Amino acid sequence: MNPFNIHKGIVIPLDRANVDTDAIIPKQFLKSIKKTGFGVNLFDEWRYLDHGEPGQDNSIRKINPNFVLNMPRYKDGSILIARENFGCGSSREHAPWALLDFGIKVVIAPSFADIFYGNCFKNGILPITLDKIIMDQIFKKVEDKIGYEITVNLQKQKIYYDLEIVSFEVDSFKKSCLLDGLDDIGLTLKNKIDIKNFEKEYHESFPWLNSGENLK
Amino acid sequence: MGISLYEKVFNRHVVRKDNDTYLLYIDRHLVHEVTSPQAFEGLRLANREIWRKNSILAVPDHNVPTTDRTVEIEDPVSKIQVETLDKNCEEFNLLQFKMNDQRQGIVHVVGPEQGSTLPGMTIVCGDSHTSTHGAFGAIAMGIGTSEVEHVLATQCLIVNKFKTMRISVNGKLQFGVTAKDIALAAIGRIGTAGGTGHAIEFSGTSIESLSMEGRMTLCNMAIEAGSRVGLIGVDKKTIEYIKDKPLAPKGVLWEEAKKDWLNLVSDKDVIFDSEVEIDGNLIEPQVTWGTSPEMVSSITSKIPNPGDCKDKTLSSSYQIALKYMDLKPNTPINEISIDKVFIGSCTNSRIEDLRAAASIVGTKRIAKNIKLALVVPGSGLVKLQAESEGLDKVFKNAGFEWREPGCSMCLAMNADKLGPGERCASTSNRNFEGRQGQGGRTHLVSPQMAAAAAIYGKFVDIRELN
Ligand code: SF4
Repeated sequence: MNPFNIHKGIVIPLDRANVDTDAIIPKQFLKSIKKTGFGVNLFDEWRYLDHGEPGQDNSIRKINPNFVLNMPRYKDGSILIARENFGCGSSREHAPWALLDFGIKVVIAPSFADIFYGNCFKNGILPITLDKIIMDQIFKKVEDKIGYEITVNLQKQKIYYDLEIVSFEVDSFKKSCLLDGLDDIGLTLKNKIDIKNFEKEYHESFPWLNSGENLK
Repeated sequence: MGISLYEKVFNRHVVRKDNDTYLLYIDRHLVHEVTSPQAFEGLRLANREIWRKNSILAVPDHNVPTTDRTVEIEDPVSKIQVETLDKNCEEFNLLQFKMNDQRQGIVHVVGPEQGSTLPGMTIVCGDSHTSTHGAFGAIAMGIGTSEVEHVLATQCLIVNKFKTMRISVNGKLQFGVTAKDIALAAIGRIGTAGGTGHAIEFSGTSIESLSMEGRMTLCNMAIEAGSRVGLIGVDKKTIEYIKDKPLAPKGVLWEEAKKDWLNLVSDKDVIFDSEVEIDGNLIEPQVTWGTSPEMVSSITSKIPNPGDCKDKTLSSSYQIALKYMDLKPNTPINEISIDKVFIGSCTNSRIEDLRAAASIVGTKRIAKNIKLALVVPGSGLVKLQAESEGLDKVFKNAGFEWREPGCSMCLAMNADKLGPGERCASTSNRNFEGRQGQGGRTHLVSPQMAAAAAIYGKFVDIRELN
């Protein structure tokens, strides 16, 4: 995972609440066994007018000119803003993979669904929760100015837009993993002995939970 | 002050604590074909081992065809994904119920059915509906693929503790009102983000009266209320359900386990971070009318008018949803006619669901306007049981198709899907845009309501059929 610290980029406004992971990346694309290549199908059903299937040549598909990702003014955007409960629904990590593959580095919304929120951090995307009133302000600014850019500083936990600065909250562990681009499996495995000891004691206390020896 | 069921189970599994971050030990890891390939690949690339193979149960469910299984999967991409699971399970020597194994089925139906879901466990799966297993007094939650890899390699998960919410439902449920209706009514009340950041415990006399199947239906839908974890305290019904299941403890261990499990309830004096109370007597059969499970009404109501919403975002969500669903404000729910019916999914495909649906069908036939009515049992064992009770005949005689087990038209990753504009009464859990096929329109209901909709070609109040 790439480390994340400061990012400046064009803002793409997705003015919808409850954007679910089925919408972010429809199920037919989940059949891939890779982590890459999902970007062209990000928001597939909103972005194209025809039905998409994996492996298709997307350059010849009919695009929906009214969908934000297709509007020239948001070309090369890398910061997505949306409304409440972004990323609800399925746990599919294909959703952050698709956002990342498309070039999105930051998603800002008044609230996120839990699984999606966690999945973003694992993939070097920073999800930021901001107050609804500030979100309204940013939506307005994006509408008013073509190519509107903002800067996000994770270390300082601040967003800079025009002359304004707003702080955001982030869990300290998630923050440090993202700042350093850390592989958290490696980190957990540093506690190997703790886990082994715990496991032994645990199975002595609750032996019936290990009767799954009849598994494998 | 006492502690809640969630905290009791949580505390047993804490390996380490650093500030607000916990390393939590995981007892059971369920694996399916869609969210696991990249995790196994990650292990291989980093040259890592699987920590505890006997914690894993794998089963393909999302991509499998529900038609004749003796022929190969037609869609080559689906086929690769199912075969990749086979390969990974072989290479890492993991227990898998393959596509043609009689025990195969939807992972959340198979786990409890095998006794692989036990009270007090921490259970994870790369699937948001893992909350289902919380019905057994376990902490069960959906995880992403990175976390699947993390659990494979370390048997642990890095988590923060959730806040706790209790949804109490008391009273006698009316005829035809099911766990599904409780779930939809609760989501209608608190909204799809109402449970975000919380573990929801369901309690009260209405919940106690539910069978284990019903409790699973309810916990299954916790994620649609935004909560990764739904759970219910252990009682005699829980123990009775688990007894003699293939992977349940036996002999002395069983006796010990039982003693421990009966303590897995919230203490009487516990204070939850939030409380919601619902009058069970008043819940009516529910039907969703929009593209989010919170857009739900009772069968006796009308579709709301977006113009009446004070909140701007909500009003625009309603407008978008009604446009997609091709429905007009103020239409009575019982005037909505449908094209297809789907009875299945990890929410409502257990034997009790099929019995309930069949009891409504009886000797009647599906309405002329119904293009397709599917019954997809949750597992091979559910299918066998249903057939031994003659339920398959009830459905087939009525004009339903009786299929092989899998996720099927719940998310339409296999060949079962809605065409653009088709309207479906579905017992699944998500009515998102395109969920059951691009342009398809989903109305979430209970199995009884779906069966009745098939017979009458539109939504009807099943209480009137009593
Ligand atoms: S039945 Fe539907 S919700 Fe359940 S696991 Fe399968 S796809 Fe997911």
